[in-house]
Amino acid sequence: MAELLKLTAKDFKSDQEVRWCPGCGDYAILAAVQGFMPELNIPRERIVFISGIGCSSRFPYYMNTYGLHSIHGRAPAIATGLAASRPDLSIWVVTGDGDALSIGGNHLIHALRRNVNVKILLFNNRIYGLTKGQYSPTSELGKITKSTPVGSADAPFNPLSLALGAEAGFVARTIDSDRKHLQSVLRAAAAHRGSAFVEIYQNCNIFNDGAFETLKDAGTRDEYLIRLEHGQPITFGDSCVVHPPGGFGLSVRPTASVDPAEIVVHDQGVADPAYAFALSRLPALDLRNTPIGVFRAVTRPTYDEVLQQQVADAQAAATGTPEEQLAGLLHAGDTWTI
Amino acid sequence: MSKQVRRLDRVVIRFAGDSGDGMQLTGDRFTSETAQLGNDISTLPNFPAEIRAPAGTLPGVSSFQVHFADYDILTPGDAPDVLVAMNPAALKANLPELPSGAEIIVNTDEFSKRNLTKVGYAESPLDDGSLDRFAVHPVALTSMTVAALAGTGVSKKDAERAKNMFALGLLSWMYSRPYESTLRFLERKFAARPELVAANQTAFRAGWNFGETTEDFAVRYEIGPAPMASGTYRNITGNAALALGLVAAGVRAKLPVFLGAYPITPASDILHELSKHKRFGITTMQAEDEIAAIGAALGASYGGALGVTTTSGPGVALKGETISLAVALELPLVIVDVQRAGPSTGMPTKTEQADLNMALFGRHGEAPVAVVAPQSPSDCFHAAIEAARIALTYRTPVILLSDNYVANGSEPWLLPSVESLPDLTVEFASAANAPDGRFLPYLRDPETMARPWAVPGTPGLEHRIGGLEKADKTGDISYDPANHDLMVRTRAQRIESIPVPDLAVDDPDGEARVLVLGWGSTYGPIGAACRALRQRGLTIAQAHLRHLHPMPADLGAVLARYDRVVIPEMNLGQLHHVIRGRFLIDAVPYNKVNGLPFTAGELESMLEDVVKNG
Ligand SMILES: Cc1ncc(C[n+]2csc(CCOP(=O)(O)OP(=O)(O)O)c2C)c(N)n1
Ligand code: SF4
Ligand SMILES: [Mg+2]
Repeated sequence: MAELLKLTAKDFKSDQEVRWCPGCGDYAILAAVQGFMPELNIPRERIVFISGIGCSSRFPYYMNTYGLHSIHGRAPAIATGLAASRPDLSIWVVTGDGDALSIGGNHLIHALRRNVNVKILLFNNRIYGLTKGQYSPTSELGKITKSTPVGSADAPFNPLSLALGAEAGFVARTIDSDRKHLQSVLRAAAAHRGSAFVEIYQNCNIFNDGAFETLKDAGTRDEYLIRLEHGQPITFGDSCVVHPPGGFGLSVRPTASVDPAEIVVHDQGVADPAYAFALSRLPALDLRNTPIGVFRAVTRPTYDEVLQQQVADAQAAATGTPEEQLAGLLHAGDTWTI
Repeated sequence: MSKQVRRLDRVVIRFAGDSGDGMQLTGDRFTSETAQLGNDISTLPNFPAEIRAPAGTLPGVSSFQVHFADYDILTPGDAPDVLVAMNPAALKANLPELPSGAEIIVNTDEFSKRNLTKVGYAESPLDDGSLDRFAVHPVALTSMTVAALAGTGVSKKDAERAKNMFALGLLSWMYSRPYESTLRFLERKFAARPELVAANQTAFRAGWNFGETTEDFAVRYEIGPAPMASGTYRNITGNAALALGLVAAGVRAKLPVFLGAYPITPASDILHELSKHKRFGITTMQAEDEIAAIGAALGASYGGALGVTTTSGPGVALKGETISLAVALELPLVIVDVQRAGPSTGMPTKTEQADLNMALFGRHGEAPVAVVAPQSPSDCFHAAIEAARIALTYRTPVILLSDNYVANGSEPWLLPSVESLPDLTVEFASAANAPDGRFLPYLRDPETMARPWAVPGTPGLEHRIGGLEKADKTGDISYDPANHDLMVRTRAQRIESIPVPDLAVDDPDGEARVLVLGWGSTYGPIGAACRALRQRGLTIAQAHLRHLHPMPADLGAVLARYDRVVIPEMNLGQLHHVIRGRFLIDAVPYNKVNGLPFTAGELESMLEDVVKNG
């Protein structure tokens, strides 16, 4: 066990003034992350936050670690190069729903497919915040915004379904306002070796206020929110989750009508992604039946491990100094001397 | 039968056949044999964009041209003296470039009615007198190969496929090439199938013996070795040299190299080559697209590696936004553009120099980068090291502008000693740099104007950087107008003030009134044209730009010394435009954009006209 570094949340606050709108959900996420970081027990210099562009992507400036605020959508690609060459670092990508799923969709799915050892935090406010309120790829169909005055015409992505389709080994969801839950998910993501994809429902009180209110409001949340816990039967409010007889996937039933033995016991280690995918499909349009927590945590070799191993194997098989090897390489093949 | 032996000083041979006929390999082997003899060599392959164009058709013709001489040569030759045509398509496709008197060796077995019709010959050109101005050698290459291999047990198909070795044997005899290396090569190539080693070696010998015995070939040629600087040589293509240059840069910088790339012709070979050299600490990533490729390379640079991305023009277009980010971040990054004919997909296997504007100016905002261009296949090695040197020393993206002509062409390369290569060692920042104990990520080195390279993992130097405008020194986000003005000018100036060597001007008698100025792969044909003019008693000066940005400090003074400056380019005048704009001189453009390199001949007559008529 490494020696205890005794860091506190304060050590992770940078000297930059935080510039989100008052009331923005990003503040709560920042505080939760800063509060969680000491738990990692990793020296600050070995932690890197990389983001794209968006309100959410300002995040690295506020963390007193290494930080790179890059360009729109490309953070997963940049993080891949860093992770592949520096396996000693703890790398976190912060992105938004537009950043990750619109302009950067390609990089996101390929980072997950490769299983690059980075933790991806997607702040989903279902809107473009920084560009002042256009609909995003997670906005509900028919969303009325500045760019869609009579309603958006395209159906949204389900980020978790997408991540699972992209072979993600770790997939989770949490909510900005529930610090305890958020930190528990960060803990699980950090412990997972390989890509970890975390969707964080984040309130944009300026352009999409109350998007997740039913999940937060004391009057509705028990009926709307499913808290997944590994090894526990999946129940919430008066409902539970079962395998529908003769059907596909999972469905929600009144607990009273179900034999307790039929209630699905959550297992984040199910190898077949179909289970986590079925969980990801539970929410209704009005967010009823929304699971939060770790959907899936299944490990496989990471991209950086495999690449580093290839380099290590090649180096182990080689003899001589790099200069001698280079001389040998230059002189390889048919040569002649004059 | 004793044959007459004639000495020549130079020959250009073109091997042409169907894509499936193995002409690239045949040409490669002939080149290797020739190299062993000590001739100077220059080669150029020409292959179709289609992987398997329909057999026997004009678009399916693949060729390989080799120029070798007993003196120092600069180009693969304007036109072949000898054409080896494996089928009617190969004959027809190459005939327009053949000068009268050229020798043609044709594989008559392929001249069937059906094959002739496929390429639009109503009658066989071998019979209708249309080839009278050439020296034609009809040879039944396929059937003689099959006959030579009768009883060896190889299938008819494998026997037919060995016909390229028969052709190689014949040509090797004709030009008195040493062939041991080819026999050894066949042993290596077919190691898993010994029957094919024997079959191909037999076919090769059959071709050789055919030359010796047949009366049709009455003359055998010899081309003596060229006087070349002493040392060890190897024949190398530009792409291979460029890849080795990147390996060498990593070794000399003592840094891991990270290559992010997305396959694209004609750059993919660099990815293929580098992926073989992991023992040098090289990581290669085949990314999901060009944007990811450069993003990953930049991420690796941020982490302390030498980040490299290799592509062609369409890929550079996609990378533009990330290059600008690298300009803002001031991190080392090498971007290799192996140019091809555009716009869009254009002619992907043909050459062009039309990405200069994009390299110099093709980004949003004021986003200056250094630009370097190799002038020959072997020079790609040194140009790659130079690009890495600038990137690492001055913490900047550098665009290396190669092109299809140098990338796929080859020439003998005098192998440098490792110690003679520049030392590229860099120092990462390890401690705070401000008097008050703070770390300022944009505090510059007074000499290089480079900012500190503080890689993650360094205690105490945690800092945030990004694409937003940064305050001078601190790197904090800044929207201050005066600061932005200062930063834009600083970024421009720090690139502008990178020291690059003065221009080397080749003006043997110092009397020239005309200067021909080129850049990149046109060095060979321009140089050959200048030599030809001088041999004819005319005076002309030649200078070639390796550094396109910044340019040599003495360039303006050099240009001012001449009455006329001519700028030949394989584009519509991109360097010409820059030179006119910067130096206000009335330079003369000469442009060609047909996907083919300049011939020395066309440049010679164009330059002659300028020299004589101003
Ligand atoms: C290449 C490029 N295109 C467009 C933009 C403008 N832009 C900046 S952020 C953004 C959308 C951000 O939305 P999201 O990712 O959801 O982040 P949020 O602001 O909601 O946190 C857009 C379109 C840009 N910066 N770069
Ligand atoms: S616009 Fe929305 S997301 Fe952006 S800072 Fe303001 S509240 Fe937050
Ligand atoms: Mg958003």
